[in-house]
Amino acid sequence: MSEIAPLHRTLGMTDREFETVCEILDRPPSNAELAMYSVMWSEHCSYKSSRAHLGRFPSDAPWVVVGPGENAGVVDLGDGWLAALRIESHNHPSFVEPYQGAATGVGGILRDVFTMGARPIALWDQIRFGPLDDPRNRYLFAGVVAGIAGYGNAVGVPTVGGEVAFDECYAGNPLVNVMCLGILRKEQLVLGTAGQPGTISILLGSATGRDGIGGASVLASASFEEDSGAKRPSVQVGDPFEEKKLIEACLELYERGLAVGVQDLGAAGLSCATSEPAARASVGMDVDLDRVHVREDGMTPAELLMSESQERMMAFVLPANVDEVLAIAAKWEVDASIVGEVKQGGTLTVRHNGAVIAEIPAASLTEDAPLYHRPSGEPFWLEDLWTNTLEYLQPPDIGASLLQMLDAPSLGDPSWIYEQYDHMLFLNTVVGPGNDGSLLRIKGTSKGLAVSTDGNGRHCHLDPRRGGARLVYESALNVALTGARPLAVVDNLNFGNPEKSEVMWQLIETIEGISEACEALEVPVIGGNVSLYNETDGNDIYPTPVVGLLGLADPIPERPARLDQATAGMRVLMFGPKHSRNLAGSAFEKVVKGHVGGRPNAADSTMARAVIDLAIDLASEGLAPAMHDVSDGGFALTLAEMCIASGVGATVGFTSWIGLFAEDPHRFIGAIPEESLARVIELADHHGVPVSEAGSFGGSALVFDNGGPEATSISLVDATAAWRDAIPGRMA
Amino acid sequence: MTTAVVVFPGTNCEHDVVYALDSLGGDAQLVWHRDTDLSDFDSVVLPGGFAHGDYLRTGAIARFSPIMAEVRLFAEAGKPVLGICNGFQILCEAGLLPGVLLQNRDLAFICRPVSVRIESTDSVLTRAANVGDVLTIPLNSYEGNYTLDDSTYARLESDHHILMRYADSDGEVTPESNPNGSVTNIAAVANDLGNVAGIMPHPERATEELLGSSDGRVLLESFLLSAAGMANV
Repeated sequence: MSEIAPLHRTLGMTDREFETVCEILDRPPSNAELAMYSVMWSEHCSYKSSRAHLGRFPSDAPWVVVGPGENAGVVDLGDGWLAALRIESHNHPSFVEPYQGAATGVGGILRDVFTMGARPIALWDQIRFGPLDDPRNRYLFAGVVAGIAGYGNAVGVPTVGGEVAFDECYAGNPLVNVMCLGILRKEQLVLGTAGQPGTISILLGSATGRDGIGGASVLASASFEEDSGAKRPSVQVGDPFEEKKLIEACLELYERGLAVGVQDLGAAGLSCATSEPAARASVGMDVDLDRVHVREDGMTPAELLMSESQERMMAFVLPANVDEVLAIAAKWEVDASIVGEVKQGGTLTVRHNGAVIAEIPAASLTEDAPLYHRPSGEPFWLEDLWTNTLEYLQPPDIGASLLQMLDAPSLGDPSWIYEQYDHMLFLNTVVGPGNDGSLLRIKGTSKGLAVSTDGNGRHCHLDPRRGGARLVYESALNVALTGARPLAVVDNLNFGNPEKSEVMWQLIETIEGISEACEALEVPVIGGNVSLYNETDGNDIYPTPVVGLLGLADPIPERPARLDQATAGMRVLMFGPKHSRNLAGSAFEKVVKGHVGGRPNAADSTMARAVIDLAIDLASEGLAPAMHDVSDGGFALTLAEMCIASGVGATVGFTSWIGLFAEDPHRFIGAIPEESLARVIELADHHGVPVSEAGSFGGSALVFDNGGPEATSISLVDATAAWRDAIPGRMA
Repeated sequence: MTTAVVVFPGTNCEHDVVYALDSLGGDAQLVWHRDTDLSDFDSVVLPGGFAHGDYLRTGAIARFSPIMAEVRLFAEAGKPVLGICNGFQILCEAGLLPGVLLQNRDLAFICRPVSVRIESTDSVLTRAANVGDVLTIPLNSYEGNYTLDDSTYARLESDHHILMRYADSDGEVTPESNPNGSVTNIAAVANDLGNVAGIMPHPERATEELLGSSDGRVLLESFLLSAAGMANV
């Protein structure tokens, strides 16, 4: 930079936002105050571009204990048990520094969950990169996976599932989302409130340093240009060992009922951890920066207030309990300092070197944040995209196409990723990675928690409303296939630059689609995250919402369905509506034809409910040892995955080759033993779900036979080799 | 009979070990690494995790934790001591077991079930098993590559203190079935008396079919039998 910009612009604030601060304070802000506003009013912290639309999400249900707006959503599981769920993104830090970016994403989501009083029991990661033939993408992918493994394994929370996709649109802007589930007893629930005047603020955990200064504003809320490497100092550095000790110390505080409220220090650091809890409790707070334990001398007040040093928590404690809290911290070898006291009135007063350096209304940092109704409009190119469909004059080579798809990294074996993650710790993982949904038991109860996370950038690019709705239905079906009933949704909205009207339109349409599906299934949205400015050099990513859906199975099925339990002789049954002739957005067209165009079919809410109810019945009664939802790659790829996992071939008939690759919603394949057939068909009829017998499992080949020239056969050995090598073959 | 399950800062498998031992009829209790008294216990488990963050080198700091002096006396008295994964690494660092555990051959964390073949029943961990048994047990480590010098290896082999080797599902010990580069596929060893054992895979993760395998039961049952002071079974 050749000219010296005004401080507020350097901190990522607009001139108008700066003027608003001056109006609130009736004077120009001090540097420290300006630092606080800049991070709290950043897109990342204030959701200023998206907040006007997030209220559309249905968020009420009788079982919702804590809805959107807290650190995590919480639902009631019955018998005194609660579950806390939260999803976050760490997209920009992971592009700048993949290992630490991904690692600190894990650390941050864990704090969001154990802030609520819950023990984090599982993580899921949803990661997207550019194609693996580019060494930079391989570096980012390997670094992100290593970061998730390095932090998650060491902190001692299993990563039990997730998803991965590769597409050119993520080459300049990878997506690294992470979701965490925690469980707690009802009486241990803690909120992010500062409590009554007189309450003491205790800062727990790592010393505060100069790392991650402005991470929320300068890094997370801006687009990338060529010099993104220069932003590396804004990325935080994680220490899973500190976090592990912090988790155990905090859980002991909760068990002993010693915390009035707790707030984690993530984005916006101390600024957020003081102002948000104070605003929630309609109180003020005196904070003394000289008492903060620091990593280095000479930090300015602004740096102390903006630092995003990891592994820190703020506990609000009654004066009588302070000594006990400090003793617990000492036992777990966690540093602790008394940094403040809650005051009457709403003023946040910050002192440094004995002088007041900030004196502002606490609520103004949160409630007075800017709210933008940015212009939105349907993209001018959308109609052209919808009519850009391929004409098929003759069928493709089905076997060769299937092998090509099995070898695609987005569709191939993901075990290269998940075998680097501890996915078994805590002895809860009944159905683990590599299946549609994860199923975790809660020991000592009859309950199982099922979770699925799904995203599909191509479908959402072609039609964000339909794409968004279909994600919810797909996740709900995945959860149902483990025997669980959908309970709650969280979403992570990864979008491009909101200052472009078509990006705002995509965001609003996606929110509408997700909301419509949630209403149809009567599943509330209990939290979410919005990541904007996912663009590099002006190129936006596909609109890529990621849905995480939590379901409850009670009782947990004795023999849950998995992909790998098909055996010779079982029938291949296809449940759900007959396929259409629409290949828009399909993996077949992307991988085999290199084409993305057309308009995906809309979901059918009535059929969605029927199929979900059927899946729950089949799973609960143990009628289908193996079941698999038909999504990416259509029927052919879905069946191939079941065959590969189970080590058995299959022979199926078909009427139209398009039906083998179409990705219509609300469909799944079941491997059904002969003796269960009658009951299965009875249940399908009862729920009004069409069912057809496509063939049977057996042999050592995948045979697609319509009695015509398109009939094909590929050996299970070849299919398995292609699928297993899809990722490691490109990473070697 | 009560088993002490030692918790260092950064340990994370302690609750799983307690759960598994209790489900097999044991009585396991957590013991903090700053404690210095094991007199109420008849056996000790060092569970998996990342003691002291695995900083410097796995087990290098944990060996200096106050409890370790007691663990040493406990072991020297011939009482049963078991190290699982990180616990195995700590016992090696403390000199209570021979050898060291290096980073995996492929420099990546490995979490998946592996097959191991029982090579010797001459230990607190394997006494109830049979030589040649093939067990499926989850491996979960970055530093699982067991290495030792030739003379120590020869002594371990002749004394039957190599307890398990990674094998294929038929029990054949092959290069392809070696997940992490361990010398001759070694997955578990014991000390000279057979009362201190270290194992890299996690038997506590394999005690229920619902979670995929119950093959680890025979190992933990061996350990509980040893703790109960029973004769050879």
